Parts: sequence; structure tokens; C-alpha cells
Amino acid sequence: MKHIISVLVENKFGSLNRVAAMFSARGFNLESISIGETEDTEISRMTIVTRGEDQIISQVLKQLNRLVDTIKVTDLTRQPHVERELLLMTLKLNKTVQHEIFELINVFKGKVVDIKQKSITIEVIGSPDKINTTIDIFKPYGIKELARSGAVAIHRGE
Amino acid sequence: MHASGQTLNGSEIFFECLRRENVEYIFGYPGGSLLKVYETLYDIEDIQHILVRHEQGATHMAEGYARATGKPGVVLVTSGPGATNTVTGIANAYMDSSPIVVFTGQVPSSLIGNDAFQEADIMGITRPITKHNFLVKDVRELAITIRKAFFLATNGRPGPVLVDMPKDILNASCLFHWPETVEIRGFKPTVKCHITQVQKAAQKIAQAKRPLLYIGGGVISAEASEELRALAIQQNIPVTMTLQGLGAFPGNHPLSMGMLGMHGTYWANQAVNACDLLIAVGARFDDRVTGKTATFATQAYKIHNDVDPTNVDKNVKVELPVVGDAKHFLASLIEEMPETAVDRSSWLIQINKWREKCPLTYKNDDNKLRTEFVIDEVSKQTRGNAVVVTDVGQHQMWTSQFYTFINPRSIITSGGLGTMGYGLPAAIGASFGVTDRPIVLFCGDGGLMMNIQELVTAVFSKVPVKIFLINNSFLGMVRQWQELFHKEKYSFTDLGDSNPDFVKVAEAFGCKALKAETPDEAKKAITEALAWNEGPVLVDFRVVKKDMVFPMVPAGGSISEMLFERLNPKTMV
Repeated sequence: MKHIISVLVENKFGSLNRVAAMFSARGFNLESISIGETEDTEISRMTIVTRGEDQIISQVLKQLNRLVDTIKVTDLTRQPHVERELLLMTLKLNKTVQHEIFELINVFKGKVVDIKQKSITIEVIGSPDKINTTIDIFKPYGIKELARSGAVAIHRGE
Repeated sequence: MHASGQTLNGSEIFFECLRRENVEYIFGYPGGSLLKVYETLYDIEDIQHILVRHEQGATHMAEGYARATGKPGVVLVTSGPGATNTVTGIANAYMDSSPIVVFTGQVPSSLIGNDAFQEADIMGITRPITKHNFLVKDVRELAITIRKAFFLATNGRPGPVLVDMPKDILNASCLFHWPETVEIRGFKPTVKCHITQVQKAAQKIAQAKRPLLYIGGGVISAEASEELRALAIQQNIPVTMTLQGLGAFPGNHPLSMGMLGMHGTYWANQAVNACDLLIAVGARFDDRVTGKTATFATQAYKIHNDVDPTNVDKNVKVELPVVGDAKHFLASLIEEMPETAVDRSSWLIQINKWREKCPLTYKNDDNKLRTEFVIDEVSKQTRGNAVVVTDVGQHQMWTSQFYTFINPRSIITSGGLGTMGYGLPAAIGASFGVTDRPIVLFCGDGGLMMNIQELVTAVFSKVPVKIFLINNSFLGMVRQWQELFHKEKYSFTDLGDSNPDFVKVAEAFGCKALKAETPDEAKKAITEALAWNEGPVLVDFRVVKKDMVFPMVPAGGSISEMLFERLNPKTMV
């Protein structure tokens, strides 16, 4: 089962490496990992997407906790949370499909961030599922390049 | 000693911090990045520096010292090759949860990342084999970093911590401030066990008809042997120990069942599979203990106490996890137990039947010299009072079977990593820490060669370590597996033609050396070696070449199915 784990870590060099290395050393699946500073500049938040059976996930959580640089580990999977991913994608542009592309951008509530004669770069924000769908739908129009941020997630407020 | 508030350079701060951590010995080797440190060290008298001959030796010595004393061992090596040479020793300490602090020199901060001379990314290299590691980026951070390093190495589940110190940091000066307390946000080990979990455990013990204590090295590092003894004796619970747990409970007590697992006793393994309650304390259900996990202690309700929660449910799922320090667990368990124990005589009788059916024996009627005899004889002559250090292989397993460990901190051995070459330096390190008990090393001829340069260290420091070389001219344990499972193809395990004359080698190092080829000679040589305390002594025991360690559970097999002889590998009991 897919799990989304939020980890607060010391904002120090090597913290990301410690977490990523732990996943590879112990053979845990690591689908995505994203990291950024929090409101406290000494602390970063990592959002990790992983897959595994309950016993494996329980080990993942414990091993994350065991790292000295980790301050708090939360499995958001079964808790109310918001999950978002950013997609940046450059598509081929030609007159015949231009209209359809713009329609689809609207459907996915995307934004055009750059446009050139033969290409268009768009951004789409949404759950990783929505991002997957977006990519599938745009594929036939010719994707030149794409970049995904990996999921970030946070508890829903009270 | 310098007071807080004085201006000191990084090297002076380094030693001030070691003093405040009560460091007695540093196992080290100088080099370019550490010139300032060694300059300062030149005039220091209250901390002894032991000059090793290879940095791997330093890490094993520090670990030997740590395991013998319970105090953290300290290593000091230079950057690059000095640092990379410590890797095996650090990995070993990590696997066996030994508290050591390794200080590595590093190239100047401005050169880090430039492939500078003698630069290695020791932070990256050791991240997966240390409990934690630090790169000091500012001299003002040096004292607090050292404080944290010792705190981390010794608290919770012990382990190795590395501090990387660039050359410019050691030269720079600042106001010295020793932090009396240390706070690490991400490190809050659970020491006190949850009382309701302890009460549940007590209840289960009171109800159990066939309980068994399965004791690991955690009981020794938590100094919980007294509590263990009290609980086991008060409640009449038999005790089996892992390799690292030996000595936690006296081996000569009727409730002691010796070691369990791959080369454990038949009765301990049978008891594991027949018990209705398994109480694991400070043990981690290692594969060498459990064999096939699907058939391990299937009838038992399992209680698992460990200070490291990652050990719980990692290999074997347990019914009752109790996270916390072993001493706290056992002490609070005793408080929760009813004073009168359940009658367990039929369980103990059953165990004794197994013991009588397949005792640990060895052939001793043909006047040939065998490892088991040597170990048995050393056990008798030292009355189980020695600190026994081993290397890795057959002699190590025979030591677990034939040396009767009475006290905790009596066996120092590479259990998790299985590091050949560990024994000699670990024994030397132990002999700095413990001076009122004999330090005995059992080591194979393969393993001795792997760090034989440390004989110099032993001779120079005049440490009275007894080097009992179990010389069968083979890599015996590998040979045993080749014989049993690999068509008797003794591929590169016969050292007979290439081994040196170890007596001459020892003598060339300035070490007293003896040789024994028969049981009688061995007996005399052991007596003579144990009486010699002016420095190290090596005895070259020329033992039979092709003996095998039995009983044995083939890798991945069920521990109830043990192998007792070679001829018919299908003979299982």
C-alpha cells in the first residue's frame, strides 16, 4: 500500500542523504522525496512517498525515527491531509492542436508559464494521481520535457 | 586543565573535551591533518595515547576497551587513508552496538570537495555504519560536537560516532566553553519501559508453564546481569544467551543453557521450540539465532524488550513489545512479579533430558590436540574469570561452547559483522581497560594474520595478553561449509603451505612465544602463558586440521533440526 510520510528533520547538510541512504541500505521502496525549509529555518520538512506492507512501513517509520537528525515522523496516510505535486511540462506546439491544448490546460486548471513559436510550457498542481492523469492526457500531443516535484503534504488544520 | 572561558585553539579544545569525558586512552595514528593535535598531545600526560600500527587496529582496540569496561573507546586518525582504514572497525562496532568515538582529521575546510591530498568523504562513507557522524565547520562548534558525540555513543543503544575535524578548525582559536548539558532534539531514547507493558509481561510469566529467557548483549551493555540473575532464580526460568549475551547469566548455574542458535546447544534450541513463553531481553532475533523464522518458537507467546524500537518486529513478530532499557525492564519486572514462583520442575526436567541426550562433547582419547580441549583447559585454569576475546570462525563457536562464562563483560567477540582480524587488537584494547583479570585471546591462524602488525603495539605497551593461536592451517569455518555443503572443494582455505612459523614471527616482534602439539604440551603451555605477565605471550597450538563445529543448524534451517556429524548430513535429530 502507498504511504505518505511527513518527516521534520534538522536543516543540516547531509540530512537528506541520511534519509535516502537509509531507504536504499534497507531495501525500502522510495517513490518520491521532497524537502524544503519550514517556518523554523533550522527545521526542514520532508515528504516521502513509499509503498509496502504494514510490517515494512512500521520498520520504515521506526528507522526514520532512529536517525538522529529526524525530529518528528508522521504517517499521514490514514490521517486527514492535503497532498499536492507540481508538474512543469513543455509540449510541442502547432497550429492544428493549439486549440485543444489550451482547452485541456483549462480542464486541468493549469497555467501557461512560457510560450514560444514551437513549444509551450505549462504548470499543473494537484494530487499525484491528477498529475499522472495530466501526463497521460497530454502525451499524444508530444511532451518534450517534464519535471515533477514529488508530493508535498501537510496535515489538514482544525 | 584549562577552565571554560579561556581562549584555546582547536587542538587544545579537543583534549580539554576528552578530559571532561574522562578519557584515559586514545588509540591513534598521526598524519598530516592532525599535526596540530599531535603537537598538543606531545605535552599531555594525563591521557595515554596508544600508537597502533594500522588504523583498523585502533578501532578494534577502542571497541575491545569499550566492551571490557563499558566506557566509550576513543580513536584518533588522520584524513583520507587514515579515516578509510577505520571503516571495518566502525562497521563492526555498529553491528555489535559498541560505544566508540572516532575522530578523523580532515583536509582544510577550503579544500573539502577538491580531491585534495589525503581527502576522503569519510562523512559519506561512514553514514550508514555510524549511529551518527559530524563534520565540524567552526571551531566554536567543536566542544559541543564532541559532547554530543560521546552522549550519542553511550546513550540508548550504544554505537559508534564519528567526528570529522578539518585541519583549519584544529588550528583556529576561540573562547573555550564546555557545555555541561546536551540537548539533541532528534534523539530521545526510551529508557523507562511502559509500566502496563511490564505488568502484562509479569502476568504472562506468572502463568507460563514453560518460560525461557533469551538474553542478548543488551543485558550486558545495560549492566543488568544482577537483575537478570534475580529474576531467573526467583522465578525458576531457564536462561539461554546469544553470543554477545554470554556471561550475562553465570554459565555454571543449573538454569544456564548456554548459547542458542546455529552452533548453540541442542537443549537450548529444543527449549526455544517447546517453550510457551519466550522472553527476549536485549536481543535482536538475528538470523544466526533464529534459523528459519517461520519455525522459530512457534508455540511461544513472545515478549521482546529492547532499547531500540527498530529491533522489535524486524525479524520475528512478537506479541508483547516492551521498548526500554534492559536494566529498567528487568528491575520493574521483578517488582511486579509475585514472590512465590510457579513450580516449573517438569519443564526443567525436560530440559535436562535434552541436555543428557546430546551434551557438548569432544574426542579426547587419541592424544591429538583439539581446539575444544584448549578452550576447556583455559576455562578450567582461569576458573571462568578471564576476559575472553575471540576472532571469527570455528574457534569462536567452540569458545561459546566450551568456555564457561561466569561474569558479564567476559566475552569480546565480533558477532554481527564477523570480522576476521578483530581478535588481536580487541584483546589489546581490553587489556588497557581491565588489569585485574587475565585477558585471553583465542584466534585462528587466518584471523591473526589480518592484524598481526598490532603485536608491536602489545609488545611496546607490555600488555599481558595471552594470544592462544588455534592453528589448524585452514580457514576452518569456511572449510567446514565447503565440506558439508560445497562438494568438499577446499577452494583457497588451506593455508598450510603459506602460513609462516608463528613462533618465529612472534619472537621477531619481541613477543614471548610457545608451541604445543599435544594435549600435555598444551596444558603446560597454558599454565606458563597464564603465569607470564611481563608482556604478551603467544602460544601456537597445532590443532587437528579437519575438525568441525557441531551441533550445527544449516543456514536457513529450523533450529530444531541440528546436524551432529559430517558423514550423513541428513542425520538430523
